[in-house]
Amino acid sequence: MRQSTLALNAVAILVLSAGIAATQSDVAQLRSAPLAENAEAPPMRAQMDTDLRQVRNYPEQPPVIPHAIENYQVDLNANKCLTCHARARTGQSQAPMVSVTHYTDRDGQVLGAISARRYFCTQCHVPQHPDDPAVTNTFVDIDTLLAEEAARGAQADD
Amino acid sequence: MTVKMTRREALKAKAVAAASAAAGISTGAEAQNLVTDREITELKWSKAPCRFCGTGCSVMVGTKSGRVVATHGDAKAPVNRGLNCVKGYFLSKIMYGGDRLTQPLLRKRDGEFHKDGEFEPVSWDEAFDIMAEKFKATLTEKGPDGVGMFGSGQWTVWEGYAAAKLFKAGFRSNNIDPNARHCMASAVAGFMRTFGIDEPMGCYDDFEHADAFVLWGSNMAEMHPILWTRLTDRRLSYPDTQVAVLSTYEHRSFDLADIPIVFTPHTDLAILNYIANYIIQSGRVNEEFLRENVRFQRGRTDIGYGLRPDHPLEVASVNSAEANESDEISFDNYAAFVADYDVDTVSELSGVSKSKLEALAELYADPDKKVMSLWTMGFNQHVRGVWCNNLVYNLHLLTGKIATPGNSPFSLTGQPSACGTAREVGTFAHRLPADLVVTDPEHRATAEQIWKLPAGTVPEKVGAHAVLQNRHLKDGIINAYWVQVNNNMQAAPNMMEETLPGYRNPENFIVVSDAYPTVTCEAADLILPTAMWVEKEGAYGNAERRTQFWHQLVDAPGESRSDLWQLMEFSKRFTTDEVWPEEILAENPDYRGRTLYEVLFENGQVNAYPLEDIDDDYANDEAQHFGFYVQKGLFEEYARFGRDHGHDLAPFDTYHDVRGLRWPVVDGQETPWRYNADYDPYVSEGRKIDFYGKPGGRANIFELPYEPPAEAPDDEYPFWLSTGRVLEHWHSGSMTQRVPELHKAVPNALVYMHPLDAREMGFNRGSEIRVISRRGAIRSRVETAGRNRVPRGLVFVPWFDATQLINKVTLDATDPISKQTDFKKCAVRLEAV
Repeated sequence: MRQSTLALNAVAILVLSAGIAATQSDVAQLRSAPLAENAEAPPMRAQMDTDLRQVRNYPEQPPVIPHAIENYQVDLNANKCLTCHARARTGQSQAPMVSVTHYTDRDGQVLGAISARRYFCTQCHVPQHPDDPAVTNTFVDIDTLLAEEAARGAQADD
Repeated sequence: MTVKMTRREALKAKAVAAASAAAGISTGAEAQNLVTDREITELKWSKAPCRFCGTGCSVMVGTKSGRVVATHGDAKAPVNRGLNCVKGYFLSKIMYGGDRLTQPLLRKRDGEFHKDGEFEPVSWDEAFDIMAEKFKATLTEKGPDGVGMFGSGQWTVWEGYAAAKLFKAGFRSNNIDPNARHCMASAVAGFMRTFGIDEPMGCYDDFEHADAFVLWGSNMAEMHPILWTRLTDRRLSYPDTQVAVLSTYEHRSFDLADIPIVFTPHTDLAILNYIANYIIQSGRVNEEFLRENVRFQRGRTDIGYGLRPDHPLEVASVNSAEANESDEISFDNYAAFVADYDVDTVSELSGVSKSKLEALAELYADPDKKVMSLWTMGFNQHVRGVWCNNLVYNLHLLTGKIATPGNSPFSLTGQPSACGTAREVGTFAHRLPADLVVTDPEHRATAEQIWKLPAGTVPEKVGAHAVLQNRHLKDGIINAYWVQVNNNMQAAPNMMEETLPGYRNPENFIVVSDAYPTVTCEAADLILPTAMWVEKEGAYGNAERRTQFWHQLVDAPGESRSDLWQLMEFSKRFTTDEVWPEEILAENPDYRGRTLYEVLFENGQVNAYPLEDIDDDYANDEAQHFGFYVQKGLFEEYARFGRDHGHDLAPFDTYHDVRGLRWPVVDGQETPWRYNADYDPYVSEGRKIDFYGKPGGRANIFELPYEPPAEAPDDEYPFWLSTGRVLEHWHSGSMTQRVPELHKAVPNALVYMHPLDAREMGFNRGSEIRVISRRGAIRSRVETAGRNRVPRGLVFVPWFDATQLINKVTLDATDPISKQTDFKKCAVRLEAV
């Protein structure tokens, strides 16, 4: 098996030497190396741990987690997040209470505790790592959009 | 304490600056009163299915001034009832990556196309000119076998339909396959072999009815998060329910597991047969059910590994040519066969304790427990993936736990329209719509009749599947090739030996349509900028047979156009004289000299609906361009394949009003559970259960053994490599890596490995290493903690990261029946950089 694979490799290298020369226009913005090469893997970074709330892009966006959650236990036995974010704990923790939406079942009926369908927090809420994304995003939030329109409208009035 | 004080101080100090900077609000705006004028603040809300996975959540999309400004879970949708996962909540931002493609780009040198040239912007006319020239030259020289297309389970229904029509009837080539081949092909073949009709008989309502859930290789917590919320809701709200999770390593779904099982890769085959044996030995076979509804089949064994034919494993295999064949046997034959899979043998082979195996088997055997089995890539991406699908159906058939609420073998789907488009429309190399196949003359005749095309237009020859397309590109057999809605340079196995040399083969012309410049674009010769998601009217079909529509909500940027526009516009560049053989034209002179656009899309059916039928509240760029309601015409023509044949779809307009319907939709009623007389109008009179896809309404129980994988660790390559996905990124990350919050959540791929393995190799957490196979290597970083806990001797690497192309390392071995790659098993060694 190995011999035949080696033979295949040799063919691949021959074909590739043409390929490497061919792919000089690097359009893939997320990569820094040509397709056939491997750049250094970026260093691992710890989760951001500032506790500074990040503004949401729109009211319904689940807030990102502004602190590290490495080694948090969230399983059948315990939910570490709720030790600070559950309603009854927020007085002591001064952490934001989980949203009121989290207390309703599938049919919108309010329950006596957090709905089981919301139990695994990290399905929606994610920590952040310090990073400079390779590609920007041009999303415009509603306040900025309205402000821009108002400004344009004012200019037009002038 | 000190830390907390510091944080609070920091908070106070930075609060104002952070708030204004992040929102981009000027001080002037801040000083204004709150805007409450409804004319200004009102957003336009419209429904759309999520762009990502096969769950098919519905989202509400808020638009203002031609831009998407917000999205949230659709409270009215039965699938997700107001919830989204983190990817879904960030849908608002996926169309706004700063590097959207807005013009066609062609590799040029000195003003001309050149394979080794640099990408330069060109007009659509110039793009189609060179593309048509290359396709025509190939068709003249090589015939239909020389052209090919690789599409997607993320195509809308009508895009996939138009593509299949253009290739299968227009170019007369079945060399069209979707990336769903990498994803669902084993599930499809499993359905066809056991039931004779594709797609699950059950539905998501099973989550609220089951007593036990068994995850076979699936990590639903990350890959089907909203279905996981339904499962979690059931498990935690009703403490008597149980969850078993089987995988080759521990992942997030294990957080909910009552019965957590880590097994040696590939031994799931043996575990499945052990459970069947346990059911029989403990006398819990549902004999009445078997008598009425089941027959037994012995499948061919020693069927090879889908590698190139000269590979020693293929040469050595006995039955690779007839891998899909089987012979009828008796229950006694079958019972004697599975008797070899006793608990001692299987425990030793799989590395799973006997007590856990017995606890798992008891879930299936207990007649009072309703069981839902769930699987996706763990089964499907497996060199015996079809067998795994057949074997899990065996368990539900032996016990009669099927097609009733809560009793549900449920094949989860990866992509948003792998079911709706890839499977139901039939964009596979061997398929036509509604489960028809190109190899059956009656099926081809049906297609030709519905399409109003001459007899003999649709070719009989099965086209090249995904992996074979890449081999054919490398070997110069396919020379003109079009890729839409996928990133196959990153997704396909064995990139260094097959995909990259194939795309860069100087004989080939590669066209890639995408919204963003992916690695596949980088390997292309021509890049076509493409409208995405709510920039066009669309339809997707999810894993529970639910067809869902959306309207065009915003305009696509620059000159980007939808895949549908591209396909139809390109078809105008060909005449039947150029691409059809003389014998067809001689017998059908009316078809002479007409463009493919005319014969495929101006056939009195596709162009039957006027622009006035379009909802006044929404734009429709394709319809305006072509002058008729394109999407409606394509859908209604397509729906003719399935109506009255068990695949009934509702009228087009209905889907714009409802939150999807599960086919078959008969007399306006959807069908939650197929094959069950209480719910399914296709069940024959007098039967409770009727597997009407098979003769006599009987499903097949298959005798299939454990056979070894294509490659396993050895002294030189001592680790298993398993690849997969992460919650925060969709597939290759081309959309989600462009959303800063998702990128920062999981910026890069990591090599998950056991801490003791790492220590033995001299690695620390975060060490840079090379992952090397016989085929290629990547550089990555070691992770010994985090969300996955892998056993010794195995590493897991996700494939979303364009900077770490793990498919340079994987093996292009496939299931010989489904032709789907096993991305979960190959052998690697690790080296410090």
